Amino acid sequence: MNEMKNPLSMQLDVSDFLPADENEKKSLIVMRESVSFWKDGFRRLVKNPVAMVSFVVIVFVLIFAFIMPGFYPYSYEQQIRGAENLGFMEYSKEEQAKIDAGEKVFPHIFGTDNLGRDTMIRTMMGSRISLLVGIVASAIILLIGSTYGAVAGYFGGHVDMIMMRIVDIIYTVPEMLIIILLQVTLKYPLKSLAQNVPAFGWINKIGVGLVCIFIVFSLLYWVGMARIVRSQVLTLKEQEYVTAAKAMGASNGRIIKRHLLTNCLGTLIVTTTLQIPASIFTESYLSFIGLGVAAPMPSLGSMASDAISGIRSYPERLIVPAVMISVIILAFNLFGDGLRDAFDPKLKK
Amino acid sequence: MARYIVKRVSYALLTLFLVSTITFWLMYLVPGGPFLSEKAKSEATMAALEEKYGLDQPKIVQYKNYLVNLLHGDLGVSTKQRGRSVNDIIADGFPVSAKIGGTAILVAILIGIPLGSIAALNRGKWIDHLIIVLSTTGIAIPSFIVATLLMYVFSVQNNLLPTYWRGDFKSMILPVISLAFYPSAYIARLIRSSILDVLGQDYMTTARAKGLSQFVRLFKHALRNAILPVVTYLGPAIAGILAGSFVVEKILTIPGLGGAFISSITSRDYPLIMGTAVFFATLLIVLNVIVDIAYKIIDPRIKLN
Repeated sequence: MNEMKNPLSMQLDVSDFLPADENEKKSLIVMRESVSFWKDGFRRLVKNPVAMVSFVVIVFVLIFAFIMPGFYPYSYEQQIRGAENLGFMEYSKEEQAKIDAGEKVFPHIFGTDNLGRDTMIRTMMGSRISLLVGIVASAIILLIGSTYGAVAGYFGGHVDMIMMRIVDIIYTVPEMLIIILLQVTLKYPLKSLAQNVPAFGWINKIGVGLVCIFIVFSLLYWVGMARIVRSQVLTLKEQEYVTAAKAMGASNGRIIKRHLLTNCLGTLIVTTTLQIPASIFTESYLSFIGLGVAAPMPSLGSMASDAISGIRSYPERLIVPAVMISVIILAFNLFGDGLRDAFDPKLKK
Repeated sequence: MARYIVKRVSYALLTLFLVSTITFWLMYLVPGGPFLSEKAKSEATMAALEEKYGLDQPKIVQYKNYLVNLLHGDLGVSTKQRGRSVNDIIADGFPVSAKIGGTAILVAILIGIPLGSIAALNRGKWIDHLIIVLSTTGIAIPSFIVATLLMYVFSVQNNLLPTYWRGDFKSMILPVISLAFYPSAYIARLIRSSILDVLGQDYMTTARAKGLSQFVRLFKHALRNAILPVVTYLGPAIAGILAGSFVVEKILTIPGLGGAFISSITSRDYPLIMGTAVFFATLLIVLNVIVDIAYKIIDPRIKLN
């Protein structure tokens, strides 16, 4: 008897309630490894060819700037007599004589400058300065900006009001002007501090100019970071897990550190990475106008500025640092964009 | 609106006060005072100089005098260019800088907006990719490099354009291109992404459904909305062009105020450094206020708080 089942019948089909057999059980397992935020972002990043290429470029530049100088036969301050103003891959007469005598002489790949210093090693050291400034300054900015922004956003009310008004004022200050002014004046007190107080002797070791740049950048550039972190924290602090943490008696400091900042880690990483090229840009600008690291320490900006006086005869001296600066900034920009697309698509604007 | 303007202007005034205060006290971190130079001066000369410029008075009195002078628009006297007041130097240099900087902003807008729109309308095609590559490279090259390379190619090698300032159209080309390079690349990127945003909006579909021509849709609906981010970028763009003018004027030997500022730093002409910095700060802050207020007027959706 195969009559049509009444669609309105309440009678249940018993077979639906039989225990499932092994095959059916297997076919129902659709679980796969859970994808965490990091894994998801990382997967997107790896799939982005532009970001990956720029990552490789960054790694090469890092090796070029931090590892290769250790193996390089020349040093950045060494003035090779008779080898002034050499072009790409040229040798001085003495060196040519040595080569003719069968000795091996390491080539001056990018030539030498008017004092007989090897341009290749100077480019490496200059890139090292640029990268150092970019990375250290961004780290300091990250530290100050994220703490400030998180505190302002978390406590809200009057605290937020006053803290953000301060940010607003610093934001309207023309930063390049103040950076130049600070850079002009700050080195004097720093110098005397390094000479007179033994605890600050490290300033001389790093170089007054560099310390100056770090201080100046961290004084002015953190406000952007603070604003971004604050706006994130404002939404994050309404989440249930923050209420739960509060209910369990977590201190404010712990909530900010453990719950709020960790949850805007994506934004923090992206903003910091994009801060690096901006800092490098400013540093090269400052050393170009002669306010960066002190000679004989080279910087890409000061190398470019040195090249101008001899531009008629030795244009290649400009090309090397110019290409290097542009490549470094470009690579960090593109990698930062890739990170943003992967970890923080909301930030795209 | 009035409340917003009052608030914005009072911020600007506060910032101005802060900047001039910072400038004043920073200059006192420099040891030796403004008259320390290679040539040793006798004590009597130093005392006379200090008395003349009021440097023998206590710092706080000097600070008060400085602020009062600032309010009168008096920026002091250069210590290295004998007999010239900072006001004179600014009056000489600023028109040149303003001409170049203003032209550069215009050029940046006139290049950036069409490029960005072309890229957005041809999304994914070769021209889009080309413009993306160009603009991404453009924002990675500092203006001092652009200026030096241009000078090398056009003036040193081919002698097409002058390396010195003659005040005519020909001598404006290089500085304007160098200064407009970065902002035009930036504006192109900005416009591209904001047009792509706008094109996805419902009102664009509506406009199309109404049968409006592509021309009207692009210019009346898309571009007018997409241009808003460019207005907000104008503030930073002006600041960037100003900072760029410092080096570009120095490289291309233009007798503008930016070059004078950098020279004053190398020659340690502290009153001139202070005066120019305060002048530039005022200029930037005023322009920023204007841009901000204009933005609120153009886009009524922005909350006035």
